[in-house]
Amino acid sequence: MNDDLKMQEPSESVDMTDSATTDMPGATSAPKMTARNVDVFYGEKQAIKNVSIDVSMDNVTAFIGPSGCGKSTFLRCMNRMNDTIPIARVTGEIRLEGDDIYAPHMDVVQLRARVGMVFQKPNPFPKSIYDNIAYGPRIHGLATSKDELDHIVESSLQRAGLWGEVKDRLQDSGTALSGGQQQRLCIARAIAVDPEVILMDEPCSALDPIATAKIEELIHELRGKYAIVIVTHNMQQAARVSQKTAFFHLGTLVEYGETTEIFTNPREEKTRDYITGRYG
Amino acid sequence: MNSLTEAKRQPTDWQGPAMQKRIARRYAAERRFKAMGFGAILLSAGFLAFLLVVMVGNGFRGFTQTELPLEIDFPAATGGASPSEFEGPNGNTNLQALGLRDIVDSSIEIQYGDDGTELFSPGGWTTVSAMILADPKIVEQKVTFDLPVASDIDVAYKDSGNDEAEAKVAEYSNQFSTGFNWNFLSNSDATDPMQVGIWGAFKGSLITMIVTLLLAFPVGVLTALYLEEYAPTNRLTDLIEVSINNLAAVPSIIFGLLGLAVFLNFFGMPRSGALVGGLTLALMTMPVIVISGRNAVKAVPPSIREAALGIGASPLQVVFHHVLPLALPGILTGTIIGMARALGETAPLLMIGMRAFIATPPSGITDPATVLPVQIFLWSDEVDRGFVEKTSAAIIVLLLFLLMMNALAIYLRNRFETRW
Repeated sequence: MNDDLKMQEPSESVDMTDSATTDMPGATSAPKMTARNVDVFYGEKQAIKNVSIDVSMDNVTAFIGPSGCGKSTFLRCMNRMNDTIPIARVTGEIRLEGDDIYAPHMDVVQLRARVGMVFQKPNPFPKSIYDNIAYGPRIHGLATSKDELDHIVESSLQRAGLWGEVKDRLQDSGTALSGGQQQRLCIARAIAVDPEVILMDEPCSALDPIATAKIEELIHELRGKYAIVIVTHNMQQAARVSQKTAFFHLGTLVEYGETTEIFTNPREEKTRDYITGRYG
Repeated sequence: MNSLTEAKRQPTDWQGPAMQKRIARRYAAERRFKAMGFGAILLSAGFLAFLLVVMVGNGFRGFTQTELPLEIDFPAATGGASPSEFEGPNGNTNLQALGLRDIVDSSIEIQYGDDGTELFSPGGWTTVSAMILADPKIVEQKVTFDLPVASDIDVAYKDSGNDEAEAKVAEYSNQFSTGFNWNFLSNSDATDPMQVGIWGAFKGSLITMIVTLLLAFPVGVLTALYLEEYAPTNRLTDLIEVSINNLAAVPSIIFGLLGLAVFLNFFGMPRSGALVGGLTLALMTMPVIVISGRNAVKAVPPSIREAALGIGASPLQVVFHHVLPLALPGILTGTIIGMARALGETAPLLMIGMRAFIATPPSGITDPATVLPVQIFLWSDEVDRGFVEKTSAAIIVLLLFLLMMNALAIYLRNRFETRW
């Protein structure tokens, strides 16, 4: 149950008994998103228990843990995708640059534009590649002219490393691309609305190793431009792409710290057991 | 234990006669099943072919008419009417004043004897009238027209009629000719089977269908979208769902009574009009559209909704930009099934007075109108034998209308179909 953490320099010691409401000192930069004492209930069942975590711009943060541990649930709280599930209830607070995203005045549509999401299964719209990317900017009115929109599409595809592969067939259907290309298209689609945070929910679980490598490379390149949170089942992947890792187990946040620390010298027994493959 | 079971169990003889027999039985069962399925298809195809052959065979004759030549010496009969009288808007009135009908009748008497008028359809002179109005110059000439014969002669010539008619057919047998009955496509209901047409009922059906579609489609689709995308799951929505499913199964005559009670008695809308007919049929069609619409909306993968929500589309944008376009083919399929049912519906329309004798095609939604199936029902009830082939011909028109509608629906569905 105790999931209190501190975002600290690796050298500092961690006191796991601190109250969860403590501020997190020593963070290298102001965190983009902060979560405090978050509980999530699906009807009677509690899926997330008292989780507090900070996500910063400079780091890729990985959520790892066995199936059903709540990591995806928590991720979906960060842009209120859980709102679509009628029985889901969230308590505690999650802030984006200081604004409580569950506050009544928060516009959830704008929030989801600022906190983009990439899903487990590539889910491009059954429209052309161009329209897939242009859809977000269009509905948010981000482009005032056709040229500007073209520019957004091109730069988003370039950032997602897909431009070279699709520039001659922008009018082809997005669903005609290969699985890895579709996932990069989805990342480009998220980038196109100029988000601050990108949440990735097991983005590589439906992809082959080569496509996975490309996505990981892409995550490296996007780091620093966006705060990236990635949920993954694959511990090697977490080790490869992230700087911070959070280990979830049965709805609680067991351990959160530098990725290198978590993988080489975890403080918690449970983390060690999971990392070494004893369960999960 | 282990040794015991092993001792009991003989090695399986896969090649033995018992096994061969089992295989043979399995093949036989397979063949029997295939033969039965094939037989079922053959039977239904046979029924369909029989229906079509009988219908087209009978109905085809409904599109033709038997004609006799009639020579009219206009300068003599009219005493030198000038063509200019029959030009422009007053032409028809001037023709009436001239007594065209009597001219035609007297010409018949000259050519075919005193009881010659019995040979011709009483409405035959309208053919002459139409030709004069189309080309007034013919009143200066001696012209020969092919005029439709009387209904009993027509029946006797095409098939077999009463003795009197058969005798006349024998008498003039070398003068008869068969022409395409254009009147059937342009006229409305009439008492003389030679003069009836399908246009009034066709137009009535068309207007009624438009009213039905305009009402049932948007209401049905909006209901389906709301129930699937917005409505909370609670007892009320469950109740609504059950009610809609039940509504789809309610016998159509009851919708007719509902239309009678609500639209005619309560709202006081004009009786027999396409408006009331369309509204009543819309009530009947809507549940079908709602049910198929809900299924189509349900079939849109949730990942598409998530994708759109994930980049900040509002629920309304999700529905109208993504869910509706993907669900549209399914919705259209359901709509066309509902519309096809509405097109063929007779019972509810009888209740709201659309079974009236309508001799002029409706020109608006409040004009008295009738529809194709009701027209078929009315003609099938007539005593005059001439109506038999007209009934079949009307059935062909109805089926063609249905085919046209289905073809349009399939075209639209394929257009909106998204390739994944």
